[in-house]
Amino acid sequence: MQLKSRHLLGLEGMTKEEIHLILDTARSFKKVLERPIPTVPTLRGKTVVNLFFEPSTRTRFSFELAEKRLSADTVNFTASASSVLKGESLKDTIQNIEAMRIDLVVIRHKAEGAPYFLTRCVNATVINAGDGAHEHPTQGLLDMMTLREKMGKLEGLKVVIVGDIEHSRVARSNIHGLKSVGAQVGVCGPSTLIPREIEKLGVTVYPHIEDALQEADVLNILRIQLERQKGGLFPSLREYRSLFGITKERLDRTARDITIMHPGPLNRGVEIDSDVADSDYSVILNQVTNGVAVRMAVLYLLAGKRAKF
Amino acid sequence: MSKAQQSYPVQIEQLLLQGGRVLDPQVNLDKVTDVHIMNGKIKKIGKVDAKSFKGQIVDCQDKLIIPGLVDMHVHLREPGREDKETIETGCRAAMAGGFTAVCCMPNTQPPIDSRSHVEFIKERSEGFLVDVHPIAAVTKGLQGEELTEMGDMTDGGAVGFSDDGWPVKQASLLRRALEYAKMFGHPIIDHCEELSLSEDGVMHEGFVSTGLGMKGIPSISEEITVARDLLVAEYTGGPLHIAHVSTKGSVRLIREAKKRGVSVTAETCPHYLVLTDEAVRSFNTNMKMKPPLRTDEDQQALIEALQDGTIDVIASDHAPHAIEEKETEYNTAAFGIIGLETTLGIVMTHLIAKGLITLEEMIQKMAVNPRKILRLAECSIQVNASANLTVLDPNIDWTIDKTTFYSKSRNTPFDGWPMKGGCLGVLNKGQLFLNC
Repeated sequence: MQLKSRHLLGLEGMTKEEIHLILDTARSFKKVLERPIPTVPTLRGKTVVNLFFEPSTRTRFSFELAEKRLSADTVNFTASASSVLKGESLKDTIQNIEAMRIDLVVIRHKAEGAPYFLTRCVNATVINAGDGAHEHPTQGLLDMMTLREKMGKLEGLKVVIVGDIEHSRVARSNIHGLKSVGAQVGVCGPSTLIPREIEKLGVTVYPHIEDALQEADVLNILRIQLERQKGGLFPSLREYRSLFGITKERLDRTARDITIMHPGPLNRGVEIDSDVADSDYSVILNQVTNGVAVRMAVLYLLAGKRAKF
Repeated sequence: MSKAQQSYPVQIEQLLLQGGRVLDPQVNLDKVTDVHIMNGKIKKIGKVDAKSFKGQIVDCQDKLIIPGLVDMHVHLREPGREDKETIETGCRAAMAGGFTAVCCMPNTQPPIDSRSHVEFIKERSEGFLVDVHPIAAVTKGLQGEELTEMGDMTDGGAVGFSDDGWPVKQASLLRRALEYAKMFGHPIIDHCEELSLSEDGVMHEGFVSTGLGMKGIPSISEEITVARDLLVAEYTGGPLHIAHVSTKGSVRLIREAKKRGVSVTAETCPHYLVLTDEAVRSFNTNMKMKPPLRTDEDQQALIEALQDGTIDVIASDHAPHAIEEKETEYNTAAFGIIGLETTLGIVMTHLIAKGLITLEEMIQKMAVNPRKILRLAECSIQVNASANLTVLDPNIDWTIDKTTFYSKSRNTPFDGWPMKGGCLGVLNKGQLFLNC
């Protein structure tokens, strides 16, 4: 079996079989990562450009590490040290980079759809590492890998995403991916940060965290950004914490076994308390470990679509 | 068709349009016959002996001869952005698209906000087949602060007033503008948008924007301003025209206001009638304009509004943009699409052929009503009247191909769309243009 598309632009439209193929492949690569020499020659001779127009630590390191573990040649591009500052357009930037002969592009960009735009500009395979508030497919995949590992299955799981849904690409990729594999998805957050008509995506909206806690097997807690408060979308971080913050007391009160996820970076004491983030319920660091394996799987499956090896 | 095959208008003394269906609801005319035109005037409507006719004969069998169409909302970009369009290229696009007149918006660089600017446009377009009627700014420099000299500009040839691209932001200023414009009878044309609700939105806010994670422009951004404008128009009695209506809510407000007798007219654009926000899923930046493409439900309401007369006019909002302004990320792409060369085809193919509006209604909304609203000279098909005509070929099958446009710009969402029905040619000021 193969992936249908030669790009990974989002999880919307991806089938259950495709997702499990990626997760199964990632599981094999995770075993590679546990070896004394965690490197395979799979992508030898392939060149991957990491094109990061937005700040990123986790995702950029994770992709770079995945590429290196697969023996690809990698080049890193960060907007702050590039001709973008001189006003070069995205189209010109990528076409110049491609003229140097590259095979894959990993792109992080603040504009929704930027990876789609790239596919129209170049022949290289494009992997979306986050486009605005649209999608972050490898995050969705690593979240699913982590859940599948912990719970043994994804089908029927109840996952509630908590926080700023409106501006979250993680939320959208999780919704599409989880719905596709048969999980139930809920969203919970201030009503100013729940986008219109989201129920039509097949998710349940929980206005109160207590209701979500009564039903969820998993909470995927999103980072709340201070700039949203400045933009008038909620009154204060203090009130946010009191209404939606995941505290140990809240979890204890439910007396249920709820798995805690967070895509990072954490605002400890705001959307999540330290004693929750660092508890046994938390799989936050497993997510990070699995991120490398998932990205290896994606790179492997997509690079293989261009040339057999 | 390559650029080399594009045609030019020619001055013709004696012209015979032979055997076409001549249609003008203004004078209850609908018959298959000949039209003899001499020195730019209609000499005869009736059978003419072709054998003894000395002059050019155009075979109009199975063609429609109607009053010249007007596009009352276009951006010609001159002065200032002649790289996107000039008055001349815009007029050529208009001709090819079946229009004998266009009304150009004042958001040029510098803006059309004084008589000399109005006269500049008139001088630049002198002698062209297509009449260019400038719409002048409501406020100096489009700044939304001080009224322009509407009286002087009306004398210079301005036919309406608009800060298009921006709404008239202050209700107090809109009030004064409508009161003042009453003296001249030319409308204040408002681009209705509450900027604090649009913010930096790039598409309609709804299910599709939720899925794409894109910043939305809610319907109420338009509707709040429509409601405000209607109240101010009702209070002042000033002539108001609402540009590019895109939502169901605006339609409802305008319909109610018209019932109350408010002096208001309204237009919509072809793209709102055939595209919805679903098209944005392609991330094609030619789906980006203001107001944004709305939903099916809005589209349905707009079509009903055309049918019941709530919306008086179909205009293109022709907005040329350079390639590099559109070949970019969706968020940073310019708002606006061109429409002079696609409007007629879209209307014929998607409204008339589908029975949503009649040919007569199209003539009302694209020829008769714009002239009434802007107080342009009446244009009807009668003996001794000026021959200001559009000839349609209702049966021609063609495909929109942006590479063949007369316009300097290429930003159309309709490239590759199959069309049934289009423009055979136009006639005005004794000049005949035929599409090759």
